[in-house]
Amino acid sequence: MLLCNEAAQGYGICPGMSVTAARALARDLIIQPRNHKAEQAALQSLAAWSYQFSSQVSLYPPGALILEVQGSLVLFGGRIALLRTLRAGLAELGYQVQLAGAPTPLAALSLARCQREHMVEEQHQLAAALAPLPISVLDWEPTLLERMDGMGVRRLGDVLGLPRDGLARRLGQHSLLYLDRMLGRHPDPQTLYRPPTQFKHRLQLPSAVEHAQVLLFALQKLVLELCGWLQGLGAGVQTFDIALWHRQGRHTAVPIAIHKEGRDAEQFTILLRERLERLELPEAVIAVELRAGQIVELEAQSLNLFEKTDVRCEVDLLDRLRARLGDQAVQGISAVAEHRPEYACCYSAPGHSRKDSNGQQRPLWLLAVPRQLNTRNGRPHLQGELKLQAGCERIESGWWDEQDVARDYFVAINASGSCYWIYRELAGERHWYLHGVFE
Amino acid sequence: MNLDALLQGTDIWRGGRLSAAVKAVPSGFTGLDELLPGGGWPQGALTEIMMSCQGIGALRLLMPALARLSQGDRWICWVAPPHIPYAPALVNAGIDLSRILLVHPRAQQDGLWAVEQSLRSGNCAAVLAWPTLDDKVVLRRLQLAAEAGDALGVLFRPRHFVQRPSAAALRIQLDPGIDGGLSVSILKRRGGWAAGPVYLDTSLHTHGSLALHSRTTTATGSFRSQRQ
Repeated sequence: MLLCNEAAQGYGICPGMSVTAARALARDLIIQPRNHKAEQAALQSLAAWSYQFSSQVSLYPPGALILEVQGSLVLFGGRIALLRTLRAGLAELGYQVQLAGAPTPLAALSLARCQREHMVEEQHQLAAALAPLPISVLDWEPTLLERMDGMGVRRLGDVLGLPRDGLARRLGQHSLLYLDRMLGRHPDPQTLYRPPTQFKHRLQLPSAVEHAQVLLFALQKLVLELCGWLQGLGAGVQTFDIALWHRQGRHTAVPIAIHKEGRDAEQFTILLRERLERLELPEAVIAVELRAGQIVELEAQSLNLFEKTDVRCEVDLLDRLRARLGDQAVQGISAVAEHRPEYACCYSAPGHSRKDSNGQQRPLWLLAVPRQLNTRNGRPHLQGELKLQAGCERIESGWWDEQDVARDYFVAINASGSCYWIYRELAGERHWYLHGVFE
Repeated sequence: MNLDALLQGTDIWRGGRLSAAVKAVPSGFTGLDELLPGGGWPQGALTEIMMSCQGIGALRLLMPALARLSQGDRWICWVAPPHIPYAPALVNAGIDLSRILLVHPRAQQDGLWAVEQSLRSGNCAAVLAWPTLDDKVVLRRLQLAAEAGDALGVLFRPRHFVQRPSAAALRIQLDPGIDGGLSVSILKRRGGWAAGPVYLDTSLHTHGSLALHSRTTTATGSFRSQRQ
């Protein structure tokens, strides 16, 4: 057993135990085989997320990240505030972490490895702080560690207490350099992590999910990672795509668009929720994936993701309507200089309208499709006989695109006082049609 | 206790006096504005317009107010209109088309959701809807949403809903008037009894085209000074 959750610990199961022994303690124990690939991917995505706190992030696989934060302390309101922010953000992502801080990367790593949330501020305090740690925190060969154990050297304090020349002889120059780097006696340049220029994260679900709403929980994690990555790049996105993966390589695509580029996780999540609530899944989902659209550089914002909780989240009305109803359901409208009535009006992007009108009398309602009217004795009827008002407007045009019309339009009123815009075809059967309502 | 003393009491409300403190958008029809609290359509509230049939000018009645509201920076949102709001006619009525937002939900539940979101958002100056649902709880929610978003919410409803209870701040009934005009009865208003009918000239030959605009400017003085 490598790791176990709290429920398992409750049965007395602990890391290091054999699977058989653990099964004996809890019959229903769920055991997952270790997945190195998933661990690597998780560490990569955590590094991308951490990049918002420091531009100097290094990976220590399988399970550690080092962040150089001295330069970020002012930006994030000091050491304690930064730690609080980190802890809250990591918990939100669903990770259990051990945080530790020290003047050198190896010292911080050692402290974190033995699960001490310890902060060492000054270099001269390092030796004392590291002394009680077991030697197992060192990245050394197991055989070397065993040999040291045999010599009665069990804690870092024991190692550091040995004379240098003896250490070099017994452990090798390499180990001596390691200790010097840990104590800050020797520089320790890091291989720095470079965030990817594209964001595409996939999350395998622990079990197949049937309901779109349940997916929100998993997707929220990806959204937080996306926003952390964007924060690190000082950028935002206007679109991102969700893919819900089913079995046998099929997937459902859920594109999300925002009216203005941004990186507000709360806003993204609200839009995502609206979209998912309306979604009917064709089959169960086994993995979710989030891919960022074109990224756009945003002005430097000192405002941190987590500090803005007191600001009410403003989701634009259009984004919200589109997320739930679909892009096509939200439109603006334009008036176009065109003789044929059905082409004089068209949908356009909200806020961007053409306003060409020649001022001719037109009804406020236009029927999407003209409706043929009944006639009696050759006169058009609609809930009673329609009385034609004086003045006929002849509209003939459009022969060039084979959508030609040839009609005589009239204003007509029935006995109940309803006022309509009707026309009679000039060719063919010369039927009467209802085309508009003077509402 | 004599009558005068009784009337001094603050718990006595007297009919015939309309509160002027109400926020309202002038309707552009003097005869109607005189009957409406605050002198116009109630802003931050729901208005129900009951119609006996279509094509008698229910939308024309709103055009001057919508034209005025379209000069601001908020949307005029139409949720599930029964037909296409015809852009050339809207231009003729003096409306800035770039403020028009059309929302076409697929299901009725989505429609009510869209109405409520639009009213509540604060991004809409007016929200027009044609709900067929008869649910006083829904109407109450919409009234509260209109208050929260300071929007003019207008519901167009068939005549038979007149008898149903409603939380709308204003309820009016439209009937065809003489000579293409409109007869407007006030069924419910804030701080007043039912009133009317009042006959308004919304006929096409004065309001059908650009004439609507010029007529409006003479109907309300404040509007004229703003527009010139």
